[in-house]
Amino acid sequence: MKDSLACEIVVVGAGPAGLAAACTAAGRTRSVAIVDGNTAPGGQIWRGEVRMPGIDRARISQVRLLSDTLVVDCPGDHSLLAVQGDRAVEIRYEKLILATGARERFLPFPGWTLPTVVGTGGLQAIVKGGMRIAGKRVVIAGSGPLLLAVAAYLCRQGARIAMIAEQAPRSAVFRFARTVARSPRKLLQSISLMQSLTGTPYRTGCWPIEAVEGAVTLSRGGKTWSEPCDYLACGFGLVPNTELAALLGCVLQDGFVAVDTCQQTTQPGVFCAGEPTGIGGVEPAIVEGRIAGYCATGRMDEAARLFPERDRGNRFRRALEEAFRLRPELAGLTGPDTIVCRCEDVTFARIAKHGNWRAIKLQTRCGMGPCQGRVCGPAVEFLLGIPPDSVRPPIFPVPVGLLSEDL
Amino acid sequence: MIEILVNGKPVRVAFGTTVAAAILMAGEVVFRRSVRGEARGPLCGIGICFECCVTIDGLPNQRSCQVPCRDGAEVVTAC
Ligand SMILES: Cc1cc2nc3c(=O)[nH]c(=O)nc-3n(C[C@H](O)[C@H](O)[C@H](O)COP(=O)(O)OP(=O)(O)OC[C@H]3O[C@@H](n4cnc5c(N)ncnc54)[C@H](O)[C@@H]3O)c2cc1C
Ligand code: FES
Repeated sequence: MKDSLACEIVVVGAGPAGLAAACTAAGRTRSVAIVDGNTAPGGQIWRGEVRMPGIDRARISQVRLLSDTLVVDCPGDHSLLAVQGDRAVEIRYEKLILATGARERFLPFPGWTLPTVVGTGGLQAIVKGGMRIAGKRVVIAGSGPLLLAVAAYLCRQGARIAMIAEQAPRSAVFRFARTVARSPRKLLQSISLMQSLTGTPYRTGCWPIEAVEGAVTLSRGGKTWSEPCDYLACGFGLVPNTELAALLGCVLQDGFVAVDTCQQTTQPGVFCAGEPTGIGGVEPAIVEGRIAGYCATGRMDEAARLFPERDRGNRFRRALEEAFRLRPELAGLTGPDTIVCRCEDVTFARIAKHGNWRAIKLQTRCGMGPCQGRVCGPAVEFLLGIPPDSVRPPIFPVPVGLLSEDL
Repeated sequence: MIEILVNGKPVRVAFGTTVAAAILMAGEVVFRRSVRGEARGPLCGIGICFECCVTIDGLPNQRSCQVPCRDGAEVVTAC
C-alpha cells in the first residue's frame, strides 16, 4: 500500500524559492504542501538553519512539510509519485510549483576522482553536516561567486584557505563586481565576505590542471605550480535541476525551464521558480517564489508589484552568466584516460567516439549509473557539445522493493 | 553527543551530524570502490552523485551525506 496526500498547491523543493512560494500561497489557502528531498527545509543555502531571511516563518507552520521525500515520477494527471525512505507516496495537486534548485557543475581533469577532491558547495555541505575542517588546508577552485561564499564559510570554521582559483578573467570579474556594487545590499554582503577572507589569495584566470594526493597543480598565465592541500574544493558554476520539469513536459529553453510573467511553465497549472529558471542565487529565487505563490492562488495584482524586483534579479543573472562563462581551454583539461562518468568509470576516449547520448549510453554505459547523468551529463555537454538526453522516470533511483507494486 | 561505529571503531559526534561527516572524522578516506576499484569519497554533498555510498546498519548503497547519525548505528565503508 502506498500513502497518499492531496493538496490544492504542492511545491517541490524547500529552498528559498519553494519556501517563499509556499508561504505566499498559504496566505490564501490552507491546503499547501512542500515536498523536499533533504532532512530539513532551507535548500542548499540554509540547510536546515533557523535563520532564513526573507521567509515568513509564521506562515511555514501553516504549510504541510514532507522532508526526506524525493519526487521521482509524475505517473498521471495532477499526480506525483514520491519516495519517503522505503515507502511510496502519491501526491495529488491542483497547482504545482517546481522549485527544485540547482547542483554544481563538475569538470573532469586528471585526479578529479580522488576522495580528497570535493565539490565547493559539497565540502561546505559536509562541514555543515558536522565535519571538523579546522586546521585543514583547502584550495578552492572553479568558477563563480560560490567559491567566495564557501571560502568565507570554511574560514569561519577554522580552515586555512591556501588559495581561491577563479577561471574567469580578471576584467570580467571586475565588471561583475561593479554591477553588484550598484545594489547596496549586495555591496554590503560582498564587503563582509571579503573581510572574512582578508589575506586569502584570490587568483583570476587560474584553474586546476591536475590533482594528486596532498596537492593540486594550478595554471595561470601559462605558468603552472603545485599547491599543497588536504582538500581541493572544486566546482564550475551551477546547473539547474530541470529533470522533473522535463518529465512533466515543460518546455526548456537553453537548458532552463521556460516560464511566462506569472512564472507559469508551458504546462498550464505548473509553475517554476528559482534556479531552474536561471542561476542567480537566493534573491531572485525568493522573488520568483513569491510571484509563483501569488499567481498560483489567482492574485496577479500582488504578483505584478514584484515584477521590477524580478527584473533586477534577471539582470543580475545575466551579469553572472556573462562574467563567469567557462573558457574553452577548460575542455582541454580532460585527457583521453580521464574518467568522465564516475558511476561506470568511463573514460573520455571512449565517450568521444560517439556523437549522441543514445550511442554513448548503449556503447559505454556512461550516464546509466545511479547519478543518472547528473554529474557526467553537464560535463559531456561542455566537452563535446552534446545536449542532455531525454529524461525517463524514475528520476532518482528507488528502493528495489518499491519498483514492482507501487511504481 | 551520540556514538556510532565506523568500521567497528566508535566515533562520538554531535546530534544532527551526517554519516559522511562522521566517517571523515573517524579518519577514513575511502567511502566506496568504483567499478574499476578506484577509491572514492563524497563529491556533491547534496545527494546527487552517489559517490559517498556506504553500508549503514547492514543496508548497502546508502548516501552517507544525506543520512543523519543514529545512536549506535554501524557504518561500514569500502577498504
Ligand atoms: C551545493 C550547493 C551549495 C550552495 N551554497 C550556497 C551558499 O552558501 N550561499 C549562496 O548564496 N548560495 C549557495 N548556493 C546557491 C543556491 O543555489 C542558491 O543560493 C539558492 O539556494 C537557490 O534557491 P532555490 O530555492 O532555487 O534552490 P535550492 O536551495 O537548491 O532548493 C531546491 C530544493 O529542492 C529539492 N529537490 C530538488 N529536486 C527534488 C525532487 N525531485 N524531489 C524532492 N525535492 C527535490 C532539493 O533537495 C532542495 O532542497 C549553493 C548551491 C549548491 C548546489
Ligand atoms: S556526496 Fe554526492 S551523494 Fe553524497
